[in-house]
Amino acid sequence: MQPSDMSAVDLVTAVRHGDLTALRATEAFLERIERLDGQINAFLSVDREGALRTAAAIDEKRKKGQPLGPLAGLPVAVKDALCTFDQPTTCASKMLAGFRPPYDAEVVARLRAADAVIVGKTNMDEFAMGGSNENSAFGPVHNPWDLTRAPGGSSGGSAACVAADMAPVAIGSDTGGSIRQPAGLCGITGLKPTYGRVSRRGLVAFASSLDQIGPMARSAGDCALLLETIAGHDPGDATSLESPVPPYGADLDRPLEGVRIGRVPAHFGAGLCPEVAHAVEEAFAAFRAAGATIIDIDMPHADAGVATYYLIAPCEASSNLARYDGAHYGHRAEPGRLHPAEPGGHRAEPGKGSGASGGGFESALVEMYCRSRAEGFGPEVKRRIMLGTYALSAGYYDAYYAKALKVRRLIRQDYLDAFEKVDLIGGPVSATAAFKLGEKSGDPLAMYLVDLYTVCTNLAGVGGISFPCGFTKGGLPIGFQLQAPALAEPLLLRATDRYQHLTDWHRRRPAIAARPR
Amino acid sequence: MTATLTAAVPFTTVIGLEVHVQLQTRTKLFCGCATTFGAAPNTQVCPTCLGLPGSLPVMNRTAFELAVRAALALGCKIAPFTKWDRKNYFYPDLPKGYQISQFDLPFSSQGALEVVDPKGALTRNVRITRVHLEEDAGKSMHDETAGTGDTRIDLNRAGTPLCEIVSEPDLRSPQEARAWLNELKLLLVYLGVSDCNMQEGSLRVDANVNLHIPCDGGRIAKTPIVEIKNMNSFRSVERALVYESARQYEEWQATKAEMGKTPKQTRGWDDPAGVTRAQRHKEESSDYRYFPEPDLVPVTVSEEWLAATREAMGDPPSVLREALAATWKIPPYDADVLVNQGRELVSYFEDLAGRVGEGKVASNWMQQDVLRTLNERGGSIDDFPVRPAAVADIIGRVAKGDFDTSRAREIFAEVLASGRTVDDVVASMGIAAVDDDELISLCRELLAANPRVVADVQGGKEQAAAGLIGQAKKKNPNVNPGKVRAMCLELIRQM
Repeated sequence: MQPSDMSAVDLVTAVRHGDLTALRATEAFLERIERLDGQINAFLSVDREGALRTAAAIDEKRKKGQPLGPLAGLPVAVKDALCTFDQPTTCASKMLAGFRPPYDAEVVARLRAADAVIVGKTNMDEFAMGGSNENSAFGPVHNPWDLTRAPGGSSGGSAACVAADMAPVAIGSDTGGSIRQPAGLCGITGLKPTYGRVSRRGLVAFASSLDQIGPMARSAGDCALLLETIAGHDPGDATSLESPVPPYGADLDRPLEGVRIGRVPAHFGAGLCPEVAHAVEEAFAAFRAAGATIIDIDMPHADAGVATYYLIAPCEASSNLARYDGAHYGHRAEPGRLHPAEPGGHRAEPGKGSGASGGGFESALVEMYCRSRAEGFGPEVKRRIMLGTYALSAGYYDAYYAKALKVRRLIRQDYLDAFEKVDLIGGPVSATAAFKLGEKSGDPLAMYLVDLYTVCTNLAGVGGISFPCGFTKGGLPIGFQLQAPALAEPLLLRATDRYQHLTDWHRRRPAIAARPR
Repeated sequence: MTATLTAAVPFTTVIGLEVHVQLQTRTKLFCGCATTFGAAPNTQVCPTCLGLPGSLPVMNRTAFELAVRAALALGCKIAPFTKWDRKNYFYPDLPKGYQISQFDLPFSSQGALEVVDPKGALTRNVRITRVHLEEDAGKSMHDETAGTGDTRIDLNRAGTPLCEIVSEPDLRSPQEARAWLNELKLLLVYLGVSDCNMQEGSLRVDANVNLHIPCDGGRIAKTPIVEIKNMNSFRSVERALVYESARQYEEWQATKAEMGKTPKQTRGWDDPAGVTRAQRHKEESSDYRYFPEPDLVPVTVSEEWLAATREAMGDPPSVLREALAATWKIPPYDADVLVNQGRELVSYFEDLAGRVGEGKVASNWMQQDVLRTLNERGGSIDDFPVRPAAVADIIGRVAKGDFDTSRAREIFAEVLASGRTVDDVVASMGIAAVDDDELISLCRELLAANPRVVADVQGGKEQAAAGLIGQAKKKNPNVNPGKVRAMCLELIRQM
């Protein structure tokens, strides 16, 4: 069996037992990246040398009988929103082109400590804003199932590289569906953990109260393996949860007898593609067959989710992205262009402190800010910065941001009420299978509605998982989503794993992933 | 324009102050970087205080505790629940593009601090609106030496914990404002909250001032409020307020402009020129788009923790003054002088007073000798070479009658200058007690040489005897002037 056909769980077992070297596993995936990524564009950078060096070091460790980490020899692709000290971290933005952080994100540090092999940084929507990966400054990712279609977003590169077997597992981040939606559109399994379960330190912030890092893989079992390494309290993230990390892989095969899964009839209203509706209903039937009880429930405020999300997320983003001003790092507009009318550039006023007046200096400064940000950010990022800035402005705050916070509390309460009646909530991940590249990119509102089924999970701060539950007649994967109460990741993973033992949707590979003859 | 008003003025000056103090923590408010003053630029920084992508803040608990200590001493209510907010604005010394501060739920509010004046000329209870915590920005240095007018940014200070103390407009004169600031500074230094060093920027003051002018028919005209910035000493604060009151009065006489018709004006104090100058209106920066900081969790304060903090914080100066006056039976004026010099000096005094046994004597020595020479020498009382034991030794010998107070001062000065022991100095200065025989023969000599004095005394002018003391000291520096006087009078009576 080729390393690229193996599950991550089998792969690390083979490396530990000496049946496979880390080097060979890494080479196999690097070879696939080289062969396939020209068509898919899932990676923004590939660290071939670093990956081979790490793999060789792991093999050396094993040879010397030194203890190996739980992910020893496992190639991992990391979304380019996570800081890596040895590779560029760009968030797919011109603003951060070539930026090298001086530190590793906590998740990256945990991966390295677990002896994982980081093969590269994956493409994404700029600053994780988007649901199609078309907002990357470095070109869109192509869906491995149909290269003319979008892989979803914003973790489109992470989803596509796993779907095309260019990496066995990947790290994504999910602010309003950015792990689950591309996982659904690319036919893989992606988990958004409970808010605070995984440290955000070193994740370039989009919307701090919603962002969460999670695993993306081909199966629930592989997600469990990865989550066990990256989850856990981090004293460097004040919002990180202190609750201990359970062994996520330990309980996967316990049957689903007695588990109650909620079904929201409103999910099946107008706008849901019939093929998707059919596959989702089939999945409910499979869960019933596996012993679960399906109960119809109501989420009364769910229809306000997108509106609420598109206030809270842009408000936080408008502030989080203020640091990209050209002053300290990242893109800065050419000084020569700053003051065409005033040769010599800006004039400083001596002896003035912070906020001091100084016409020449200040106007040159403001111009530098404006031009740097105008040049560095793409249109969707600018749109959201403007939305958020507006909604936080004096006179609008109460009508927009403050009201959105109130609705967020109502949505959270919906979940608390629902989880009195059921253990999980099931349903579609997105209304359609993968759409064509360019199909929605001209219509931001249509694009925002792509997040309909996923944003409430983030607003409520609970966990959600997405996995394939069928295919369209055109051969595109269809995703199913399960959501669970806070810290119920073991149940999310167990239910998904049980489903994946009954079905083989998650084993299907796109034609492009087939080995060359 | 006249910058000072000396005579009684035809208006009331209304002043509110905003004071920023840097907390005395080893590390910054939201990261582990050091807060040492004067380090090379940008050497005390990390991803968090540089605002690098992905960095997160974590609250420094010591900073919070120090701030609560200050608020408790100011009699503030401590909120059981407080949160952080982001204040958004762009400036190169603010690397995140926002400052983490507290907006609508500060950790404390509604306190008060009295203006203290032992002479009773100024007494005013000044209400505190709120005390909140925030992080400092970095420093922009506009450097023209390179010819290009570069601006250099030092982010060592970025993220340093600041406590902002906002008073109600309860102060009624520039002198009161200065006295109140002195008391506030003393309090914060006593509690170990801040070193309040204005030169290093550990304490910064902005003042809001306007005038209430009585008009015909009992109406009070209120001039537009002006915020004064850039004052780098308490003296500057007083001068700026004096100047600004006069300026506002002149402007009012010319324009009759009243409050509410124009936006609040900001004026900068130009210390060398002794004037305030209008600063540019910054309309665009007035909307800070405050919203709750999502990277930090709210802070809850328990009653137990508050009680422990209150227990550990020690006495504020106002309590110490009363305690000192009561324990050592010294006048309030003395207690005030001693307490205002800081906690270390009070300890020195208590040590000395304990040895001497008489508070007032010890207090006199503190004020006339220790403090005077300490001020001349500079430095801290803890490094002062003459320790309480030595001073007590000198005072004890005066009490025994070994020598008089002026001789004692010479000894004190010599001990201070030479670093030798009191015994050594006394011996080397040839100071020895003068026995009665010596004294009698000396006085007889003096009386024989001064028949005029003898005649005056016999004529009823006893004070004429004073003229003999100087001569006696010339003949023998060790004689006790009191004894010389008494002996001479006795001998004349016997004549």
